[in-house]
Amino acid sequence: MKTLSIIESAYRATIEEQDDTIVWIHGAMKGAGAELAVLLRGNAVNYLVEAQNAGGLTFGDWEQTQPPRLASDLAALAAKGVEICYVAEDVAERGIERSELIAGVQPVAREAIAELIGRHERVWHW
Amino acid sequence: MTRYLLIESRDPFDSSDVRFCCDLAQQLVAAKNEVTLFLVQNGVLPARAGARSDDLTRLAGAGVRVLADSFSLRERGIDERRLATGVAAAPLDVVMDALADGAKVIWH
Amino acid sequence: MADKKTITIAIMDAPYETARSTTALRLIDLAARRGYNINVFAYEGAVLQPFSAQTPHPNAVHGRNVEEENHFIPKDAIAALMREAERNGGRIDWVNCGLCVDERGAGAAIAGVRRGSPADLWQMAESSDNTLVIATR
Repeated sequence: MKTLSIIESAYRATIEEQDDTIVWIHGAMKGAGAELAVLLRGNAVNYLVEAQNAGGLTFGDWEQTQPPRLASDLAALAAKGVEICYVAEDVAERGIERSELIAGVQPVAREAIAELIGRHERVWHW
Repeated sequence: MTRYLLIESRDPFDSSDVRFCCDLAQQLVAAKNEVTLFLVQNGVLPARAGARSDDLTRLAGAGVRVLADSFSLRERGIDERRLATGVAAAPLDVVMDALADGAKVIWH
Repeated sequence: MADKKTITIAIMDAPYETARSTTALRLIDLAARRGYNINVFAYEGAVLQPFSAQTPHPNAVHGRNVEEENHFIPKDAIAALMREAERNGGRIDWVNCGLCVDERGAGAAIAGVRRGSPADLWQMAESSDNTLVIATR
C-alpha cells in the first residue's frame, strides 16, 4: 500500500543524529521494499536547498566528521524511486528560489494537498 | 467518499501551523469526503467559547465534524457545556473507532 | 465485543517530555481493552518508554513518600497494557528501533519488548488494519 509521508519537522536533532531521522527511516523502509512518496511542507522544504552545509562542528577535541547532508539524502531517496514533492507556497514564503533546490522534486500547490492525500491509501504526518 | 480523521494536538496560541489542519479539513470536506477534526491535548484550548475559535465554528458550518477530547477538556477545566459553536466533546474512542474502521487518520 | 483489529502506532517521544506520550498510551489502552492486536513501533526517544531501569521516587514538595506518590512509571503502564491486551484476547507487539536503542543506551527494556528496525514499521503497517504515526516535534 503506497504511503504518503508528509514531513514538516525540520532541523530538530539533525546534528546529533547526523541525519534527519524521518528522511533516514524512509530510506531504510524503501530499502526494505516500501512504497513511499514524500511531501515536504513547512520548514522541512528547506531540506531541499542544495547549499546546506552543517560541517565543521567540534566539541572540545571531538570533531563531527559526518555532518547531516539532508539535500543529498533526499536526492538519494528520489533516485531510489521515492516521489518527492514540496509545498510551493512554503518555499516561496521562505524566500527560497526554485533554482536553489535539488533536482527531481516537484512542487505541489497548498490547495492541492488534499488531492495528493486522496491519491494515497495511507498518509503519515511527521 | 473517504473518511478522514484529523487529530489536532496543537493550538493557535502556540502554533500558527494549526492552519494546516483547518485548511486540509476544508479542502477534504469540499471534495465531498467525510471529515472529522479531533482536538486533543492543547488542541482543545480554542474550543472554549470566547477563545480563538472562529475557525472551528467555520469548519463545523462547512460540514466538518469538530470534536474535542473530553479528557483534555476536563484536564484544562473547560466546561463541555460551554464550547464554541459547532464543537462537541467526545471520548478518545472516536480515534480508535476511526482507526478500526479504516479511516485515514492523520496526527498533527 | 468489537471485531478484532490490528492497529499499528508509531511513537517517537521519550517519557516525561510531552503530552503525546500520554495520549499514545491512552490509545493503546483503548485498543487493549477492545482486545485488538497492537503493534507499537518506538522510534528515537520512545525507545525509553519501556526502559526497565525506571524507578519511582517520593515527592517532597507535596510531602509524599514513594508509596503515597505512586509516581507514573511508563514501563509499568506498558506492562499493564500488555496484560490488559492479553486479558482481552489481543496482544501488544512492542518494537524498539535498534539503532535508537544503541545510541541512547536503552537496551534494558521490560519483558515483551523486542529490538527491531525500520523494516518492522513497514511490515507492521502492511499487516495492520490501520496505522497512526504520532511524530515528535
